[in-house]
Amino acid sequence: MPHYMLSVHSVEGQVREPMTEQAMRRSHERLEAVEQEMKSSGMWVFSGRLHDADTATVVRAGGGRIVTTDGPFTESKDHLAGFYIVRADDLDAVLALAAQVTAAIDTPIEVRPFAATSGG
Amino acid sequence: MHPVGQDAIGRIFREEYGRSLAALIGVLGDIDVAEDALQEAYALALDKWSAEGLPPNPGGWITTTARNRAIDRLRRQTRERHLLSEAALLTRDDDPPPRGGAVPDDRLRLIFTCCHPALAAETQVALTLRLLGGLSTEQVARCFLVTEPAMAQRLVRAKRKIKAARIPYRIPADHELPDRLPPVLAVLYLIYTTGQSDQGRRDLCGEAIRLARVLATLMPDEGEVAGLLALLLLIESRRAARTRPDGGLVLLSEQDRGRWDRGLIAEGHAIVRRCLARDRPGPYQLQAAINAVHADAPTAADTDWSQIATLYDHLYGLVPTPVVALNRAIAIAEVRGPIVGLALIDPLGAELDQYYPFHAARADLLRRLDRRGEASAAYRRAAALAPAGPERDFLQRQPAH
Repeated sequence: MPHYMLSVHSVEGQVREPMTEQAMRRSHERLEAVEQEMKSSGMWVFSGRLHDADTATVVRAGGGRIVTTDGPFTESKDHLAGFYIVRADDLDAVLALAAQVTAAIDTPIEVRPFAATSGG
Repeated sequence: MHPVGQDAIGRIFREEYGRSLAALIGVLGDIDVAEDALQEAYALALDKWSAEGLPPNPGGWITTTARNRAIDRLRRQTRERHLLSEAALLTRDDDPPPRGGAVPDDRLRLIFTCCHPALAAETQVALTLRLLGGLSTEQVARCFLVTEPAMAQRLVRAKRKIKAARIPYRIPADHELPDRLPPVLAVLYLIYTTGQSDQGRRDLCGEAIRLARVLATLMPDEGEVAGLLALLLLIESRRAARTRPDGGLVLLSEQDRGRWDRGLIAEGHAIVRRCLARDRPGPYQLQAAINAVHADAPTAADTDWSQIATLYDHLYGLVPTPVVALNRAIAIAEVRGPIVGLALIDPLGAELDQYYPFHAARADLLRRLDRRGEASAAYRRAAALAPAGPERDFLQRQPAH
C-alpha cells in the first residue's frame, strides 16, 4: 500500500500568538483524536516531533575526509518540525487526515508520497 | 462499405478521444498506457478504415481495439500474470470491467481526476483539454500562450503527480463536492469558450454542453451545475446568428433573432426559472439569468437593461473582479448613457489594459459619443490584443470610420 509523509514545518523567527491554556488543551485533544483515528483505521505507521533546527548537525564527505558542521542542512528559514508517516489507498484519504491535523494545530501540512519504503 | 479519408478518421478520433481514453484508463489503470494504446488504435484505423470503410460503431471499435492491444502488449512484456495487475496504478472503483462492445461513460471520473485540487488550476484545464477534449499538446499550448515543449512538460509533470501521489480516479462523495465542484465548472466553461473562439474546435462547445448535462443529471441539487448548463445553452442558442457566412462576427444587438435556437432557449429558461425558485444564486446562475433576459427580448431595443444591470450588481457582489465590473458598466451605459458608462469603464484601464474587450467596449462608447479619433485608437488597440478569429476580424473592420 502507498505510504505518505504528512509534515509540519516551522518558520524561523515567526512569532505565533501565545495560546490560552484552554485553546492549547483543545488543540491537544483534537490532535489526539486524529492520531487515534489514524491508528484504529490502520493508516498510522510512525510519527514524531523534532527538536528545533539549531540542534541539527550536518556530516559531509569531501576531499577524502569527513567534515562535521553545526546547524541545519538548508539555509532556508523553514525547517521540518514533525511528521506522520501513514499508509492509504489514495491521496484523498490522506488529504482528509491532513485537513484534520491542520485544523487541530493551525499550521499548514505538506503531504508527499513515498517513492519507496522499507522496513516495517 | 466505402473507404474513408484520413481527415475523416482524424475527426472521428478527436470526437471519440475523451470517452475512449476515460474508458481505457478505467480498464488499464494508467493514463500513459491508455494514451499509447489509443495512439496505436489510431494507426491501425488509418490503415484499416481507409481500405475497408468505417466499422458499425467506430467509438466502440477504437476503445476495444486499443484495450486489446494494450493488454496484448502488457502480456508480451511480461509473461507473469501478476505483473499485469501492477499496471493498475490508479485507484479505481470496484466496477466490473466492460465486456464486449459496451463502453461505460467514464468521462466524469476522468474530469474529477483532471480537476483534482492537488493540481494547479492551469494544469487542471490543460489536462482536461488534452485528455477529455482530445486537443493536441500544441493546441493546448496555444490556448495558454506557452510553447509546445513547455506545455508538454507541464502535462508530463501532472500525469507523474497523479500516478505518484495516487490522485483517485472516481467521482467524489457528496460531502466532498462543495470543494471539488467549482474547479470542474470553471474547466467546463473554459472548454466551451475555447470552442467558441476557434472555428476548428467547434466540437468543444458540444463537448462542454454534453458534460454539463451529465453533471446536471448526476447532481440535480447543485444550483451552480444547473446554472452552468443554462448559461452554456443560452450562449449556444445564439451561435447561428453570431457569425456571418464569411465567418465574421455579428454583435448581439445586430443579430437576426429569428435565427436563435428556440429549443435551446426554452431549455435554458426552464433551468433559470428552477434556479430562481431555489433562490441560492451563484455566479453561473446569475450569468445564465443575464443571458435569459437577452433571450427574452424580441428585438435588441426591447432588452431590459435595468434588470441586466441589477443582475450584474449581484454578480459583482459575489465576484468583484474587474471583468465583472466592465460588464456591469456596459449594462449601466445602456440604461444611463455612454457618458456614465465611460466614467465607470475608464478607471478599470489600469487592471484591464491587456484585455481586448475593455478596449472594444471603450471604443463602442466613444463612437456613440462621436469621439471618432479616440474610438479608432481604441478599436486598433483592441484588435492588436485580440486573438486571431472572428472577434479580431470584427475589430479590424471598425477603425475605417
